[in-house]
Amino acid sequence: MTDATAPLTTTDGRPLKAALAAAGARARRRALFLVLPLLIFVMITFVIPIGQMLHQSFYNPYFSRNAPNVAAWFAGNPVGTEPDEAAYAALAEDFRAMQAAKTAGEAATRVNYTLPETRSLITKTARNAGDLAPPYKEAFLAIDKKWADPAVWQAMRSSSTAYTSDFYLIAADFERAADGTVQKVPDKQRIYVKLFIKTFILSALITVICLLLAFPIAHLLATLPMAKANLLMILVLLPFWTSLLVRTTSWIVLLQQKGVVNETFVALGLVGDGNRLNLIYNQTGTIIVMTHILLPFMVLPLYSVMRVIPPSYARAARSLGATSWTTFRRIYLPQTLPGIGAGALLVFILAVGYYITPALVGGADGQLISNLIDFHMDKSNWSLAAALSALLLVGVLLLYWLYDRLVGIDKLKLG
Amino acid sequence: MAAAPQGDAYVAFKHVQKSYDGVSLVVKDLNLDIAKGEFLTMLGPSGSGKTTCLMMLAGFETATHGEILLDGRNINMVPPHKRGIGMVFQNYALFPHMTVGENLSFPLEVRGMGKDERETRIKRALDMVQMGAFAARRPAQLSGGQQQRIALARALVFDPALVLMDEPLGALDKQLREHMQFEIKHLHESLGITVVYVTHDQGEALTMSDRIAVFNDGRIQQLASPADLYERPENSFVAGFIGENNKLPGTIEELSGDKALVRLATGEVIDATPVNIREKGQQTLVSIRPERVEFKPGMMPEGAHTLDAEVIEVIYMGDILRAVLRVAGSDGFVMKMRNTLGQTRLSAGDRIKVGWHPQDARALDVI
Amino acid sequence: MKRLLILTTAFGALALPATADEITVMGWGGAYTASQIEAYHKPFTAATGTTVVSVDSDNPATPIKAQVEANNVTVDVAILEIADAVRLCDEGVIIPIDPASLPAGVDGTAAADDFLPGTLTECMVPTDIFSTIIAYDASKYAEGEGPKTIADFFDTEKFPGKRGIRKSPKVTLEMALMADGVPAGEVYAMLETPEGLDRAFAKLDTIKADAVFWEAGAQPPQLLADGEVVMTMAYNGRIFNAAQQEGKPFDIVWDGQVYEWEGMSIPKGAPNEAAALEFVKFATSSEPAAKAAEFISYGPPRKSSASLVGNIQGTDQPMSPNLPTATENLTNALASSLDFWADRDTELGERYNAWLAAN
Repeated sequence: MTDATAPLTTTDGRPLKAALAAAGARARRRALFLVLPLLIFVMITFVIPIGQMLHQSFYNPYFSRNAPNVAAWFAGNPVGTEPDEAAYAALAEDFRAMQAAKTAGEAATRVNYTLPETRSLITKTARNAGDLAPPYKEAFLAIDKKWADPAVWQAMRSSSTAYTSDFYLIAADFERAADGTVQKVPDKQRIYVKLFIKTFILSALITVICLLLAFPIAHLLATLPMAKANLLMILVLLPFWTSLLVRTTSWIVLLQQKGVVNETFVALGLVGDGNRLNLIYNQTGTIIVMTHILLPFMVLPLYSVMRVIPPSYARAARSLGATSWTTFRRIYLPQTLPGIGAGALLVFILAVGYYITPALVGGADGQLISNLIDFHMDKSNWSLAAALSALLLVGVLLLYWLYDRLVGIDKLKLG
Repeated sequence: MAAAPQGDAYVAFKHVQKSYDGVSLVVKDLNLDIAKGEFLTMLGPSGSGKTTCLMMLAGFETATHGEILLDGRNINMVPPHKRGIGMVFQNYALFPHMTVGENLSFPLEVRGMGKDERETRIKRALDMVQMGAFAARRPAQLSGGQQQRIALARALVFDPALVLMDEPLGALDKQLREHMQFEIKHLHESLGITVVYVTHDQGEALTMSDRIAVFNDGRIQQLASPADLYERPENSFVAGFIGENNKLPGTIEELSGDKALVRLATGEVIDATPVNIREKGQQTLVSIRPERVEFKPGMMPEGAHTLDAEVIEVIYMGDILRAVLRVAGSDGFVMKMRNTLGQTRLSAGDRIKVGWHPQDARALDVI
Repeated sequence: MKRLLILTTAFGALALPATADEITVMGWGGAYTASQIEAYHKPFTAATGTTVVSVDSDNPATPIKAQVEANNVTVDVAILEIADAVRLCDEGVIIPIDPASLPAGVDGTAAADDFLPGTLTECMVPTDIFSTIIAYDASKYAEGEGPKTIADFFDTEKFPGKRGIRKSPKVTLEMALMADGVPAGEVYAMLETPEGLDRAFAKLDTIKADAVFWEAGAQPPQLLADGEVVMTMAYNGRIFNAAQQEGKPFDIVWDGQVYEWEGMSIPKGAPNEAAALEFVKFATSSEPAAKAAEFISYGPPRKSSASLVGNIQGTDQPMSPNLPTATENLTNALASSLDFWADRDTELGERYNAWLAAN
């Protein structure tokens, strides 16, 4: 008999816990070995790039590393200090180094992100760095009057540290005034917040439409005999087997002004020849095409959940006196919630990050935030693209957290 | 025939036919009257049409032809939720997203019952099945037997006069099943409800029912009390389906009133009681229960025909001894003997003579 | 569709380095690259034995920047737009090319004087001049009734119907001001003022309801062909090809054209820098530049090439009138400003996107 308080041991006296751990260690090592390739793959292709992306969103050393002297001057003098001769001298030294190393362009690009129109100022000054001689302030002003503008100095100050929150400010439609305070950008340039909201609203709308369309289909699939269900399932999956571009282009053929849909409507006399519907190159087009493309992602989780709901639940409810509507609302619907949750989350997250479809069929007002991320990547402004992506990621994670709180992530059923 | 319904039946199937595919009939001309307060079991192998009948009564299937009456009213067009029939399903069908209390509350809520009354009824129903302490649990947290009780309580909580049970005990282990059989029977008696019970387990049917309808091939083969069914099967299907049976094929040699002589294929002649036999020379299957077979000369009636038998093996089963014999050229003849102190012990290779009372050997028509 | 982060490029670029007798040229694909293969690649291979591998990109500026930053350069020569070339040159992504090392024109003019003024820059040797113009479907208008000026593009009363507009402020803003009556020479000065910008956007507002926005150069001819628009901003080469090769009834309004030029640059750390430089010198000499213009209607940047341009490939019609550089096409034309867009690309891009998104 073992004493209740004494640790249990094996027959040869080893503590039971240690023996158990030793027995399991081999199995664990083998398991680790098996998942190692995937782990490495995920690290290299996913975790590290995302980490890099997040890092880039607040790290941009292109001005600070090329202008160490003026950066030191900024560090030693508080915001609002009038640039003195020492500041100009430091800047002159940096410009000479930049000209030698051909790095004025990248430094100028960084400052230009914070304050437009400084790019040409800096590259021009760097090209003329050989002419800079004391007194430096006058020398700079001789090259361009803009060097007296405090906004230029504020932009350089905020670029003079490699780590910066500037890109997040821009991504949230804020900017730094000449005195260093944060303020909203002029109305005409506010775009990101609006577009984030629009992206989330459009994605939510697409999710809801997908749900409304997918629910009956999934129910049909789940209740039909296997042979017919399989055929229908192939039809549902068919879009998956077609290239995204082909599908999108097919929609253009269908929906454009002289497209199949409009031609049919005109032929039927539903719309006049002069009032053809604008179904594409606008928000409507984005919604229609993205709904089509994302529909399978809603059908599949719903189907997998519905398939395992025995028909006896509905029968039980009916026998207990519930009308078919009550049965649907109180018995069937709650049991499909894990599928609805999974499908909605999947469709929403995919929609929020969708790029190609809005780019091709979105026209002016069907653009989503991902199209602007693309725009900035195109302009090589990776820091801003990364900051926007990071905000998008935070938004999606927030939603995921909310879902976990409200529904519970353990209830998620993806298929 | 025991407890045959008199006058107005509470439930009546009249010439009901059901086809799913328009080619074959699953239920062929069903006529069945069920009395108020009766416990009727539909017994049969799977595919015999018994569950289809139950589903038509519940309203989940529509009869292709004929009518179903409930309390004198044609319910063919009444949707299931307006029939007021309680139902217990094979796998209980307890709503997994609701607690036990909510499950029971559901039929009361859809009837628009007030909160206080609901609580009173739920408590009463749960106490009835000794589950009073489980109202806050989820079905998944209950054992099979507990779920079964909840399903029963839910089917009864809204006081239906008719309760349908579709193989409700099929998922339980033997001991629990026997216990629940007793409880269901007890509830039936104390509540005075009418129960239509579907099962393929003949033991369950015999234990619980007032009457049993044996289904096969879309027809009721026999509708009778458990004792009648066992003692007096009307055809070879029923004889074979209910209990264990020895079958001896032969032809009718002589037929006089309730006595018949049957000549077996091997030439021997035996006594039997004719059932559904119309003429001499007809092919027949003589059915004898193993426990009615005698081998001690003193136990057999005067002048009875006997058959030579050789003991192939004797199996010790506790309360009984089971002997497998070679009789009339076949190896599968079974004889059961009570395991009493004075019982003669047979062993393999013994040669004996077996016989029986003529009324225990039923010469049935061949189906 | 395109454009990955620098790091994914770094991890993904597993292409084998080109061997010494092979160089890789990254172009824009389509008819443009086809013309370069005919005029530059094939003759170069014939002359030197060096194979030229052609790879396509939506805009080579993006991948070569990523490659240089990741220290994994696989491209030897990149075809760049001038604005990108100036920016990448400042950033040290592409290397300077000494103008003195370039061959003289066939008439003996030194290279520095032979190229059109302003087109030869530190890190890029120009190959062709292309233009953004207004194109329209001539079959939709009676003879001589089609649009003739840039102002007509903005006149939805006289010319009703949808317009294709580039989904980028570049060229679009310039055209808006020219249509509003601003002389070509004053366009950029005006755009540098807030009032001028507002004026350009206000002009765009007048056709926004009729606008179909396009992004890729292949879209405008398609939009015209589909009848989705009656006229559109487009690259002149694309329209020329659609009209010439596919027989589309497309016509070009040269009034208000905004021209830019493209050229060849060598990324820093190119695997075959010496061979790449030889290729650039060869391809930008008088004859290949003129030859390329016979395949696609982009003008040769060397003065000495102008007289060498022959007939449209496969026909007996002269190519010259179809080039942006033809004298009669230059009466009201604007050269895109490098400095203006280098400074304001991002800022105006944001404002343009905000304008697009506003309803």
